[in-house]
Amino acid sequence: MRVLGIETSCDETGVAIYDSEAGLLAHALHSQVDLHAEYGGVVPELASRDHVQKTLPLIREVMDRAGCQVEDVNGIAYTAGPGLLGALLVGAGVGRNLAYAWNVPAVAVHHMEGHLLAPLLEPNPPVFPFVALLVSGGHTQLVAVQGIGRYELLGQSLDDAAGEAFDKTAKLLGLGYPGGPALSRLAEQGDPHRFKFPRPMTDRPGLDFSFSGLKTFALTTMNTIGDGVQDKADVACAFEIAVVETLVIKCRRALQQTGMHTLLIAGGVSANRRLRERLDAMAIEEKSSVHYPRLEFCTDNGAMIAFAGCQRLLAGEQHALAFGARARWPMESLHAIG
Amino acid sequence: MKILALDTATEGCSVALLLDDVIIERGEVAPRGHADLILPMVDEVLTEANVKLSHLDALAFDRGPGSFTGVRIGTSVAQGLAFGSDLMVSPISSLAALAWGVFRESGHTEVLALIDARMDEVYWAAFRCDERGVNILVEEQVTPPEQVQVPTGAWVGVGSGWASYAQRLQHLLVLKIEAERLPQARDVARLGRNAVTQGKLVRAEAALPVYLRNKVAWAKS
Ligand SMILES: Nc1ncnc2c1ncn2[C@@H]1O[C@H](COP(=O)(O)OP(=O)(O)OP(=O)(O)O)[C@@H](O)[C@H]1O
Ligand SMILES: [Mg+2]
Repeated sequence: MRVLGIETSCDETGVAIYDSEAGLLAHALHSQVDLHAEYGGVVPELASRDHVQKTLPLIREVMDRAGCQVEDVNGIAYTAGPGLLGALLVGAGVGRNLAYAWNVPAVAVHHMEGHLLAPLLEPNPPVFPFVALLVSGGHTQLVAVQGIGRYELLGQSLDDAAGEAFDKTAKLLGLGYPGGPALSRLAEQGDPHRFKFPRPMTDRPGLDFSFSGLKTFALTTMNTIGDGVQDKADVACAFEIAVVETLVIKCRRALQQTGMHTLLIAGGVSANRRLRERLDAMAIEEKSSVHYPRLEFCTDNGAMIAFAGCQRLLAGEQHALAFGARARWPMESLHAIG
Repeated sequence: MKILALDTATEGCSVALLLDDVIIERGEVAPRGHADLILPMVDEVLTEANVKLSHLDALAFDRGPGSFTGVRIGTSVAQGLAFGSDLMVSPISSLAALAWGVFRESGHTEVLALIDARMDEVYWAAFRCDERGVNILVEEQVTPPEQVQVPTGAWVGVGSGWASYAQRLQHLLVLKIEAERLPQARDVARLGRNAVTQGKLVRAEAALPVYLRNKVAWAKS
C-alpha cells in the first residue's frame, strides 16, 4: 500500500509518500521558522496562510520525486490534531478532498502518534511492547505502548513541555525563536561544573515532569553573573544537563516500573545530542535498547504521518467525508489496531 | 457547461452544480460546520446529477473576503478537488457573489456589498450588474464603515456589514438593504461560468484566498 501523508499542525508543512513494501519513497518539508521569528513565537493566522500556499506545491514535488502516478497512490493520511485548528484544517481539507477526487480512502492521523511511530521508519525498528518518551514543543509524555493505538499514559509534564522549556530559556539567553537547537549548540561550549540546576520532581516517586521552574532558575542564575558568551554557555550547559538528567531518570524508572526493555524516543527534543548519549548509556545499564527517529524526523514532518496513516489504512480504517480537525485530542482515545 | 461551485466564506455553507441552465444545490447556515458539511454536499450533488468531477469544465469557489478559516476551508477543498481531477479553477469574490444574488432575485443593478470584517471594519466593494455579469465600480477594500463611499446612484445595500454597523453607515443613501443575504454557491457558479467563457481560470495551486486584511500579526517590542 502506498500512502501520501500531509502534516500542517503547526509551523511546518510536511508531505511524504510511504510504501508499506518499499518504505519511504519521498518527502518534502517547508519550515515557517523565518516567518514567525520576528514575532517571538508561532502566529496561528500566519501559519494557516502559509500552509494554504505550500501544501499543493509540496504534494506535486513529492509525487514527482517518488516517480509516482496518481494510480499508484492507495490512500491519503493527514494530521487532524492536536495542533492549531486553522492550520490543521488546511492539510485536512486538501488531503480529504484530494482523496475524494482520487477515489482512495483517507485517514485522520493523530500528530503525536505520528511522532511516536517515527522511529519505526528506521532500520531495526523496535518491536512492541515498549516505553515511549515523547518530547516536543508541546508535549512531554511517557507512554507504555502495547501496539499501535494501545497507549497507556505513564506520566507527563504538569507545566511546560521540555521543548518549550528549551525555547523559553533560549529566549532568556537572547538566542531567538525557536531557540532549542541554538541553546544546545551553545551548551557544548559551557562548563558543566560551574552551576548545578535542580532535577525537578526526581526526588519523589512517579513519572510526571515539571520544567517551568528551570527557566526561572536560569533567570535567577543569570542575574547573579555577567552576560558574556561564556557565562551564557555555562547557563545553557547547566540547563541542558538538568533537563536531560531529569528525562533520563524518569525513562529509567519507566523501564523498571513496566519491566520493559525497549525505549523509544521521539519529538523535536529527541534530536538533542546530549540526551541521546545519556539515554544510550542508561540503556546499557538497564540491558535495554533505545530507538530514535533520524534527526530530520524528530521535528514535524510528513513521513511520520504517511507511515502512521499507512498502518491504520492497512488495518481497514478510513475517515468519512467530513474532515473536522481537533485542537485537543487525547492520544489514549485512539482505537487499537491489530 | 458543467461547473461545481463552493461557498464557505461566511456563515453559510453551500454547494451548487451548474449544468447549463439547471442548478442542483445544497446549503445550510452553519457558522462552525463547514468542514463537516462541504464534502458530503459535493458528493450529494454529483451523485444526484450522475456527474463525475472529471466531467466538469471548471470548479468555482468563494475565495473571500470573509471569515479567514471559512475562506481557507473553501480554498483547501477547491485545491484538493481540482488538483485531484485536473480541473481549472475560478476564484470568485464573496462580495461579487452577494451583488449577483441581489441582481438575480430583484433585478437591481447597482449593489453596494459590505461584509462585517470585525475590528470596527467592513470588507466592501460596489458593483454594477447586468445579464452578462458583475462589473466592479469601487475596488474591494477593508475600511471603517465611515469610509465607505460610492458615487450617487440607485444603490441596494447587501451583506452582514449593514446589520453590524447600521449606525455608522447612515452617510450612505440606499434604496433598500438586504443585510441578511449570504454569498451562495449558485451565484459563485454563475460568475464562474463567465470566467470559463472568458478563459480566466487558474491552476489548483493558484486557487488562493483573498483576505483583504493583511495585517494580522504584531511584532513583539
Ligand atoms: N537539539 C535540540 N535540543 C533541544 N531541543 C530541541 C532540539 N531540536 C529541536 N528542539 C526542540 O523541539 C521542539 C520542536 O519539536 P516539534 O516540532 O516536535 O514540536 P511541535 O510540533 O512544535 O510540538 P508538538 O509536536 O508537541 O505539537 C522545539 O521546542 C525545539 O526547540
Ligand atoms: Mg510536533
